Amino acid sequence: MASTPSLLIQSIHSLVLRISLSEYVQTFVLFQVLECEYAVRGEIVILAQRLQEELKNNPNAHPFDEILYCNIGNPQSLGQQPITFFREVLALCDHPALLDKAETRGLFSADSIERAYEILHQIPGRATGAYSHSQGIKGLRDKIAAGIEARDGYPADPNDIFLTDGASPAVPYYLDEATGWGLEIAELKNQLETAKSKGISVRAFVVINPGNPTGQVLAENNQKQIVDFCKDEGLVLLADEVYQENIYVPDKQFHSFKKVARSMGYGEKDISLVSFQSVSKGYYGECGKRGGYMEVTGFSPEIMEQIYKLASVNLCSNISGQILASLVMNPPKVGDESYESYLAEKDAILSSLARRAKQLEDAFNSLKGVTCNRAEGAMYLFPNIDLPKKAIEAAKAVNTAPDAFYARRLLNATGIVVVPGSGFRQVPGTWHFRCTILPQEDKIPAIVSRLTEFHKGFMDEFCD
Amino acid sequence: MSSKSLDYENLNENVKKCQYAVRGELYLRASELQKEGKKIIFTNVGNPHALGQKPLTFPRQVVALCQAPFLLDDPNVGLVFPADAIAKARHYLSMTSGGLGAYSDSRGLPGIRKEVAEFIERRDGYPSDPELIFLTDGASKGVMQILNTIIRGAHDGILVPVPQYPLYSATISLLGGSLVPYYLEETANWGLDIGNLRQSVNQARSQGITVRAMVIINPGNPTGQCLSEANLKEVLKFCYENNLVLLGDEVYQQNIYQDERPFISARKVLMDMGPPLSKEVQLVSFHTVSKGYWGECGQRGGYFEMTNISPQTVEEIYKVASISLSPNVPGQIFMGLMVSPPKPGDISYERYVRESKGILESLRRRARIMTDGFNSCRNVVCNFTEGAMYSFPQIRLPPKAIEAAKRAGKVADVFYCFPFPPSQVLASVRKKAEEDMPAIMASFKKFNDEFMGQYEDNGGYSRM
Repeated sequence: MASTPSLLIQSIHSLVLRISLSEYVQTFVLFQVLECEYAVRGEIVILAQRLQEELKNNPNAHPFDEILYCNIGNPQSLGQQPITFFREVLALCDHPALLDKAETRGLFSADSIERAYEILHQIPGRATGAYSHSQGIKGLRDKIAAGIEARDGYPADPNDIFLTDGASPAVPYYLDEATGWGLEIAELKNQLETAKSKGISVRAFVVINPGNPTGQVLAENNQKQIVDFCKDEGLVLLADEVYQENIYVPDKQFHSFKKVARSMGYGEKDISLVSFQSVSKGYYGECGKRGGYMEVTGFSPEIMEQIYKLASVNLCSNISGQILASLVMNPPKVGDESYESYLAEKDAILSSLARRAKQLEDAFNSLKGVTCNRAEGAMYLFPNIDLPKKAIEAAKAVNTAPDAFYARRLLNATGIVVVPGSGFRQVPGTWHFRCTILPQEDKIPAIVSRLTEFHKGFMDEFCD
Repeated sequence: MSSKSLDYENLNENVKKCQYAVRGELYLRASELQKEGKKIIFTNVGNPHALGQKPLTFPRQVVALCQAPFLLDDPNVGLVFPADAIAKARHYLSMTSGGLGAYSDSRGLPGIRKEVAEFIERRDGYPSDPELIFLTDGASKGVMQILNTIIRGAHDGILVPVPQYPLYSATISLLGGSLVPYYLEETANWGLDIGNLRQSVNQARSQGITVRAMVIINPGNPTGQCLSEANLKEVLKFCYENNLVLLGDEVYQQNIYQDERPFISARKVLMDMGPPLSKEVQLVSFHTVSKGYWGECGQRGGYFEMTNISPQTVEEIYKVASISLSPNVPGQIFMGLMVSPPKPGDISYERYVRESKGILESLRRRARIMTDGFNSCRNVVCNFTEGAMYSFPQIRLPPKAIEAAKRAGKVADVFYCFPFPPSQVLASVRKKAEEDMPAIMASFKKFNDEFMGQYEDNGGYSRM
């Protein structure tokens, strides 16, 4: 799951869509609650938790020592360290009394102290425990807008920014696995026409870039096509860009949809666009903080009022997350005391992610009947398994989707937790699973060997 | 713009209907005035830290250490943080899998849920099951989640006290349900009358509404009344007889300003009543770190506890909670700290008690000052604030004022709040820092008495 849809984002979807989006399912009705499936934390995970309990009570209970959670983009739960500078600033903002103590200078970097002062200055009474403006603290939004402008080269208005508790009916469109999960406009038009013919009024278009679970980074001209498509069809473009800082290939670059639209000469009057960013991913990985923002552009003042109104029902998002969002969009710069160490931490994390992505991709591709596209970005691999007929029948016999069947067997044999592809939708008749690239580097060889052994056994059992 | 997908006309009607006055028209006007440089005192939201209440020291120390765990390795940390804060930080960090930056279980960290259960048991004398306690990003989110589960459509009604906290009306609107009001008795200090309740339910049923749940806010918001044990018994019996889920909003349980009616939880009363009620009446109880003497609104920390809800339903609620991945971890730690505060003998105990008592006693004094202040104004009658954080005076508007309001196109009490030049704008009435209170009440009295002077015929008034 890309980011966490706060109720506000879910409400944006209620504003926008008559059909709920698969991963953002907004279940305002009990029946829809029953229908909603959220596979990232579904049946396989429940089983994994049970196995973990069993291991705790008896370390020999299973043919593996530990459960390896590869189902969820939760980097810090797997050993990734937070960025020191960010945590210094947050600690100081959490306990501003520290700033009045002389000893603090010995415990914290000078620029983190300075940044804390700067942030606290923007909060009336330095009261980080108070509800803020429902869109988030103004000074922080100013900083984020400045960060967006620095990134894109086009201005951003702090009044268009809504800080949220985490960034988080579908008319599906298929990404083309054969071309590296590319997005073909012809496919989009096709799905749109089909929907219209069924009387569905399609209101918005969701793009996840870099992609989840597929990891693809859209080419700029692909993005331009998408922008034009939305403009021509009058669709709101919802750009989930939470993985913008997770790009592992030198030949691809992140371009925000806002930047692309503006570079095409499209302004507020031409396209309605909501861009989502989060503190949960990137190299900062601060999932537990629940911080993020959406930048809402190209909507009438009446709509902005309604969005504000919805935001105000929950009063505001958590202050710590707001502060973190402003830090993510405004990290240490060249010359700052913490810059060198910040850069070293960031580069270490990103290069490690790139290595792990490659290692796991190669491992999957070496398995019989498995092909895996390169992870250009994000945190996941989404290998395709060509499941033998016997396996598919065995799955049906126990009333389980074939990829879930495979995932369950994998868990029971190796302790590795992945998410079956059916949770993410796939071209019917194809099977996938999503695996994160997040386990620590030193665990990867063990994962690869266990996986390989299991897969061979599975195929031997079910192949003709 | 070409025909837009998200124009006011084609918005979700539920969104348009939804109103949240706490940050509505009046607040926006006040914010504008503040930007123009006018001194504005915001008494519209229960946001203590924004009005000068200081955060308690101990929790801030602990959370700061959790944010920056590298401090725990620094030999000088003891110079800046007391030993028990250091120990507590280690305690909470050990409960996480990866610190504050990792998503926790969607229901919250098991260790903290256990502490909440222990708190409930100490408070009520009955055991509580951590598995039935879900931590949430503020109690409001919990309320929204539960209402979401209950409301299937417009034919589902939720009993809500009038006056009420607009979270309920706004959420019911958004979810497309029906609000079934039951009126509290202003002349009986905002007491709850079962006769009113029965009447409301009968009326709703005659309109084809299935009444599904009843909300009580105890202590009340905005009325402040504390329900007596007898009252709670009546309510529980009523829910039993009418097959209603009781939603107990108990977020102000620490804010009690009289000694005749201490706080007693709905759960305790239910358990005291024994079977069959104690085994059958369905109850969800809500609590938060935002109120009490903690006032940590900005952290967004809350929980709900379910009683007599079937495992199947609990599963569904868990499933929907998991879409948002997890509540923010710092907020969870604040909750843990609130339910397991420093104990006698702890280094930080004395200070903790001193700070807490100071705040509560001040609130108690302010409740008195404000009530008396309002009662000294012409045509104003104000019940004593038994609990919570609000005064809800009745303004007896003269007929001429009501006519003037009609001409201005405003509801009469909004007109009263907005009248002429903004020199004395007071957003509606809530609490303020003690030293300023006499001046505020004097300012209000001046405004009120002038307003009444302007609109009053001799001797005529009207209840609002």
